Amino acid sequence: MAGYLARRLGQSLLLLWLVSMIAFAILHLAPGGPLSQFALTPGMSEADMQRLAHQMGLDRALPVQYAEWAWRLLSGDWGRSYRDNQPVLLVIFSHLAATFELMLSSTVIAVLLGSWVGVLGALRRHSMFDALSTVGAMVALSIPTFWFGLIVIYVFSVKLGWLPAGSRFTVGDGSFLDFLHHLIAPSLVLALVTIAIWSRYMRAAMLEVINQDFVRTARAKGLPERVILTRHTIRNAMLPMITIAGLQLPTLLSGALVTETVFTWPGMGRLFLDSISYRDYPTVMGILMCSALLVLLGNLLADLCYAVADPRIRLD
Amino acid sequence: MAYPALPSLDRRALLGVAGAALLGTGARAQGTAKPPPAPKGQVIVGLSQEPTRFNPLMPAIEVDQGVWWNLFSPLWNVLPDGTFSAVLAKEVPSLANGGISADGLNWRVRLRDDVKWHDGKPFTAEDVKFTIELVTNPKFRAGSRAGHDMVRDLTVVGPHELTWKMSAANAVYISRLAWTFMVPKHILGAVADPNDAPFNNAPVGTGPFMWGERVAGDHVLLRANPHYFGDGPYLERLVFKYIPDMTVMYTQFRTGEIDYTSIQGITPDRYAEARKLPGRIISVNPSASIESITPNLEMPQVSELAVRQALYYGMNKKAIIDAIYYGLPTPAESFLPKQSWAYDAGLPKQEYSPAKANQILDAAGWVRGSDGIRSKGGVRLAFTNSTTAGNQVREQAQQLLVQDWKAIGAAMSIKNMPAAVIWGDYFRLSKFDTVMVGVTFGIGPDPDVTDRFASTAIPAKGGSGRNTTQFANAKVDKLLREGIAEFDLAKRKAIYVAIQQEVRNDLAILPMFQYATIEGVKQGLVGYKPNINALSNCWNCGSWSWAS
Repeated sequence: MAGYLARRLGQSLLLLWLVSMIAFAILHLAPGGPLSQFALTPGMSEADMQRLAHQMGLDRALPVQYAEWAWRLLSGDWGRSYRDNQPVLLVIFSHLAATFELMLSSTVIAVLLGSWVGVLGALRRHSMFDALSTVGAMVALSIPTFWFGLIVIYVFSVKLGWLPAGSRFTVGDGSFLDFLHHLIAPSLVLALVTIAIWSRYMRAAMLEVINQDFVRTARAKGLPERVILTRHTIRNAMLPMITIAGLQLPTLLSGALVTETVFTWPGMGRLFLDSISYRDYPTVMGILMCSALLVLLGNLLADLCYAVADPRIRLD
Repeated sequence: MAYPALPSLDRRALLGVAGAALLGTGARAQGTAKPPPAPKGQVIVGLSQEPTRFNPLMPAIEVDQGVWWNLFSPLWNVLPDGTFSAVLAKEVPSLANGGISADGLNWRVRLRDDVKWHDGKPFTAEDVKFTIELVTNPKFRAGSRAGHDMVRDLTVVGPHELTWKMSAANAVYISRLAWTFMVPKHILGAVADPNDAPFNNAPVGTGPFMWGERVAGDHVLLRANPHYFGDGPYLERLVFKYIPDMTVMYTQFRTGEIDYTSIQGITPDRYAEARKLPGRIISVNPSASIESITPNLEMPQVSELAVRQALYYGMNKKAIIDAIYYGLPTPAESFLPKQSWAYDAGLPKQEYSPAKANQILDAAGWVRGSDGIRSKGGVRLAFTNSTTAGNQVREQAQQLLVQDWKAIGAAMSIKNMPAAVIWGDYFRLSKFDTVMVGVTFGIGPDPDVTDRFASTAIPAKGGSGRNTTQFANAKVDKLLREGIAEFDLAKRKAIYVAIQQEVRNDLAILPMFQYATIEGVKQGLVGYKPNINALSNCWNCGSWSWAS
C-alpha cells in the first residue's frame, strides 16, 4: 500500500509539473494581456502601458517568467493577483467558502434525491414512476441552467417575492437564516441537473447489480429484501458512483459558473471567468494548479475507496 | 482658472440629455427633501464589474473610481457643468487668483486646515507632495504619470501650502489634478513597497465614507466618516454590489435589492419597460464617450480621404441609433461631447447618401468589380471591422454597416475578439483595419487630445500616446501644442474648435454618436446628480440621502 501511494504521488507530481507548463504557456501565448483592460481608460497613455508592463515583468521572455513563477511556487509563494493586488491563495480562499457551500448543499440534495429516484426507478422498472423519472431526467438535463435560474428568479423573487433574487446574504444582516434563505434557489437550480445525472447512473448501476448471481443467491438463502437491498445491491451499485463522486471533487473548487452568475454568488466559477477575462495570470494559474491537484487527489481517493468498498481490489 | 457654464445645447441634445425630463421630474421632487441630521440608512449601488483596486494612484477602471470618489478626495473636483470646485484646496489655482503664474509655470496651492484622514491624523501639504512624488516614483506602479512628470521643485511652504514649477506650461494639469486623489504619507510612506501595501486593500482617505469591508466577488461596504470636513455624508453605509449579469442586475433593481444601477446601468432594450416600474426613476445621462468607426489610416483600403468620406456618406447613422440604440444616443460629429465648453456646434452634419458615396468613389477611381466590390490600383475596398466579441448591440450595428457599405461597393467583414485580445496589441499597435469603439477622448472637462491625435503619439511608430488611428496632421500637431500651453479659455476654445474641424474634415474617426447611459434610482433617493466630467456618477454619494 505504501509503495502504491509513493508511486501514485510521484506520478502526480510529474503530471502537476506538466500541467503547470502547458497552462502557463497557453495562458501567456493567448493574445491580449492584463493591461488590455486599461487600453481605453481615459488618461492612460502607451508610455504608461509600457512602463507598467516592464514593472510587472510582462516584457520578459516566457521561459524566464515561468521559471520565476515555478521557483516562487516551490517556495510557497503563489504570487499576487494583478486584479486584487492580494496573495493568490487569499483570493482563492476568499471565494472558496461560497462555492463550497453551494456545491455541498446542491450535491447533498442531488445525491439524496438522485439516488432515491435511481434506486426506486430500477426496483420498479417500467412502472409509471420509472417512466416519469426517465422523462424528468431528460427534461432536467436539457433545460439550460441559465434559463431555469432566471425563471426561478422571475417566479419566486419577482412575482411571489418568496426568495431573494440572488447574492449570498443581505448586506448588514448575515444571520444564518438569511444565509439559508439565499441558498435555497441556487442550490435547487444547480442540483436539478445533478439529480438527473445521479439518478440515471444510479438506476443503471442498480439494474446491473440486481441481476447478478450473488443477489439471486442472497435471495435464495432467504434474506429479507431490505437486507438484500441495503447490504448487497446498493453497496455494489455504489461502486461506480464512487468514481463519479471522486471526479466531482474538483467541481467543489471550479464552482458552477452559470448558477453563480445568475444568482450573483461570489464563488470560484466567477472568479475563474473574471480572472481569465482580465488576464490575471497569477490567479488563473493558482486556480488551475488547485484544480489539477484536486483532480489527482479525487482519483487517488476514488481508488482508495474502491479498495475499501470492494474486498476483491488490492492496492499494491 | 474659471471655466464657463455649459454652452447652450441644441434641441436634440436637450431631448437626449434630459432623458425626456424623467430625471427632472423625479430629481426635482426629491431634491427638495432636507437631509437627515445624522447619517441614516444605506444605498446599494449595482455594478456589472467588480471594484478591486483601492489605491487611487494605481491603474483602474471606472467601477474602481466610483469607490475612490467616496473614500478619497482630490484637491478640487469637476462639477457636471465643467467648472472646478475646491475640495482639499482652499481655492482652485488660476491666473486670476495668482495660484498660477502668468507664464503658467509656477503653481501655488493653499489647502484647507480642517481636514483629517480617516484614522484621525491631520491632512497636510506633505501628503500632497508625497502623492505627486509617489506617482512619479520609478518603482511604483502608477496608473498615469502624465502631467505629474512635469512637476519640478515641489516645495512645502507651510503645513497647508505648497508650490511647484512645471517644466512647461500645461493647462491640462488642472484637470489631471481633479482626477488625482490624495493618499496619506504617514501610511504609504512608512511601508517598504507601496505596490503591495496593506493600505491597497484597506484604504484610508479623507472622503465622506470610510472603508468598511470587502467580500470578494460580492460587495464593498463603506461607512459614514463622522469627521468629514465637507457637508454630509447623510448615509450610514454605502454598498457597491457586484452583479456580473445585466439581466440579473435589472431584476435586482426591479425587486428593490439594489437602489441604483451604475456605469452600464440599464440596457436600451429595457428602457421602455423600466420607465414604467413603480417607485423607480430612470434617467438617460449623456456620457463623454464617443462611439466611432476608427480606421487605421496606414491601411491602404482606408488611407485615402475619399474612401473615408464615401464610407461616412454611406453610413446610415440614424438607422443604427434608432433601431439598435432605441434612439437614445445623440449623433456625433466631434470627438468631444456636446456638453464640453470647447465643443464646436458648427461642424458639418453627416448626411446619409449612398448616391454621393458612390459618386465620390467613382471620381476617385475606385472601380466596381464583377462581385460589386470596388478596387483601385490592386487594392480591393475590403476591410475588417472589429469590436469586443459578445457585445450584442455593437454586433447588430456592424451588421447594418455591412449592408450599408456593400451598397457603395465596400466589403466590410466582421472580426470580433474578446476584450483582452482586441484591446491588447491588436488595437494598441494598430494591427486592425477598422474598429468600432467608444472612447472618452478628453480628461474630465479638458478637450486636450494630444494622446489621441498627435503624430508623436502613435504607438505603432514608437510614439508614447494612444493615436492608434495613426492620424498625422501637422496643423493639428501645432494646434495641440498651443492648446496645452494656453490658459486663456476663449483662446483655448478657438484652438480646439480648429482641431475638431481638422479631425472632422480628415475623418480621422468616423464619429457615430455620443453615448447616453440609462441609469435607474429608487424613488426617494435625494442628491443623485450625473456628472459627465467624472468617470462615475457615484462621484457625490456624500450628498445622497433618503427622503424621509
